[in-house]
Amino acid sequence: MTQDLVIEAEGLVKHFGETKALQGVDLAVARGTVLGVLGPNGAGKTTAVRILSTLLVPDAGHARIGGCDVVKDAERVRQSIGLTGQYASVDEDLSGRQNLVLFGTLLDLGRAGARTRAAELLEWFDLTAAADRPAKTYSGGMRRRLDLAASLVGRPDVIFLDEPTTGLDPAKREDMWDVVRSLVTDGSTVLLTTQYLEEADALADEITVIDHGRVIAHDTPEGLKRVVGGQTLEVRPSDLARMHDTATILGQVTSGAAAEEIRKGVLAVPVRDDSALTATVSRLASAGIGVTELSLHLPSLDEVFFSLTGRTASEDDRADTTQKEVA
Amino acid sequence: MTTLTQPRSPRLTPTPAAAVNRRPFPLVRHSLSLAKRSLIKTWRTPEALIDVTLQPAIFLVIFVYIFGGAVAGDTHTYLQFLLPGILAQTIATGAIAIGVNLNTDLEKGIFDRFKSLPIPRSSPLIGAVLGDVVRYVIVTVMTLGIGYLMGFRILTDPVSALAGCLLAVVFALSLSWVSVFVGMKVRTSGAVQGIMFLIIMPLSFASNVFVPAASLPSWMQTFVAWNPLTHLVQAMRGLFLGTPMGESVYWTLAWCVGLVAVFLPLAMRAYRRKV
Repeated sequence: MTQDLVIEAEGLVKHFGETKALQGVDLAVARGTVLGVLGPNGAGKTTAVRILSTLLVPDAGHARIGGCDVVKDAERVRQSIGLTGQYASVDEDLSGRQNLVLFGTLLDLGRAGARTRAAELLEWFDLTAAADRPAKTYSGGMRRRLDLAASLVGRPDVIFLDEPTTGLDPAKREDMWDVVRSLVTDGSTVLLTTQYLEEADALADEITVIDHGRVIAHDTPEGLKRVVGGQTLEVRPSDLARMHDTATILGQVTSGAAAEEIRKGVLAVPVRDDSALTATVSRLASAGIGVTELSLHLPSLDEVFFSLTGRTASEDDRADTTQKEVA
Repeated sequence: MTTLTQPRSPRLTPTPAAAVNRRPFPLVRHSLSLAKRSLIKTWRTPEALIDVTLQPAIFLVIFVYIFGGAVAGDTHTYLQFLLPGILAQTIATGAIAIGVNLNTDLEKGIFDRFKSLPIPRSSPLIGAVLGDVVRYVIVTVMTLGIGYLMGFRILTDPVSALAGCLLAVVFALSLSWVSVFVGMKVRTSGAVQGIMFLIIMPLSFASNVFVPAASLPSWMQTFVAWNPLTHLVQAMRGLFLGTPMGESVYWTLAWCVGLVAVFLPLAMRAYRRKV
């Protein structure tokens, strides 16, 4: 491993009273890449992000951002990071512009510099029209964009995104993904936490899965999908009498995989490559089978956890629900 | 959101951390920037100013016209006596708000953002306290303005009067650190309000605010003599009306120094633990 690691964490431990939020977590992110940290509520994702962004001091272990220790050299770390998430947000009473100007001033951009930077980010995040309204009047999607803009004011090298799309509808989610992709294109290093394998798969170069404060898997998205199973194609033929024919076609396009009826009238089959979808569509059409539903799915977080640990994430989520992301 | 698909990125070129021009006096500059944030919030929620606008007016009217005759013989004499006291009392209650506000503010994500920025950790707190100076100025202007309309007259000179007002503002600023500390320690904003009220009520009544200190029972006199409000009010009466001040100005300033010396570090420590 002679990569240029921008984020390095070794053996992070953090307890909050009885709650063992982190029990020895290692993380590594190479320059210009995206690490997806995947895990259910209460897994310790947010605690890890808060330690890496200098908001919390770990009980044990250490972490470096760009070579600077997050505890001993916190001031230098804060100069190179941007933090967006459920926790680091904006002042709701201030307008979008006032928020961004405030952060620019606090980052020593100077009065004029802060104003220019704010205008630039508002424009880029399509918030110019709402720039002078209080942030509390923004819609969910606008709020997320403003939160992200606020963390980019200082042009950080390292960006932490703590569940950036939780609660957003699918279209807004895709918009956010585009933003993350362009940040990476521009050379940023991103650590992103998420509860969706789909999101980690769409954005991350590598994925670390954590549960109960421990890393239970670390791999590339491809490697992880090999373990937990790749995409599943689901088809609901409009005519129940054609179920058998549909299953035969699904078997053919996926070279022999057996289609299962997972719900009444819905057939599912594991697929290896994206061409299976188009092949299925054309084969069904030429066989004259109409469909009311046709979709590709990655395994849900529950399925990922079941493959990795033999139990689902929600099953033990959690005896003590109060510990839900305590910090 | 079409703009988001453009290849141009909001980060533009990264700035190496070392090249960032660090300007001098970060604590002062950042605290002032954050004080401005408080001002914008105050400006946007004028209803939060009731305690420093309507309250002194109502208190003056009630106390002067209801108790004036009984306490001092006539209302004008009582108004002259009472106004510095009401100003001290309302400015002290005005300091409750900051603890209440910070208590709720802290739950919001904005403080995490502040903590992740390369600014001194204490600047958000100091900024909030400084932003409240505006409230203390408003309460001073309101009380003097209403008092003037009711017939209150300053019998000294403008410089002394200004010094009296300044002393009240400085005292409120110092007292606000107690409020901030309670705000950091207590779980709900309602509890902050309750506790601060419990502190300020006895200070206001077991003092020379409403009646001459000498008229209070002898067992209470030790408390009255140490009570910071007693000293503040005696100093303000002297500066507004030319009555004997004794060492009250020094005692008031000593209290200010003491409150800040004890409660600022305590508040900071509680703040660091909390966020």
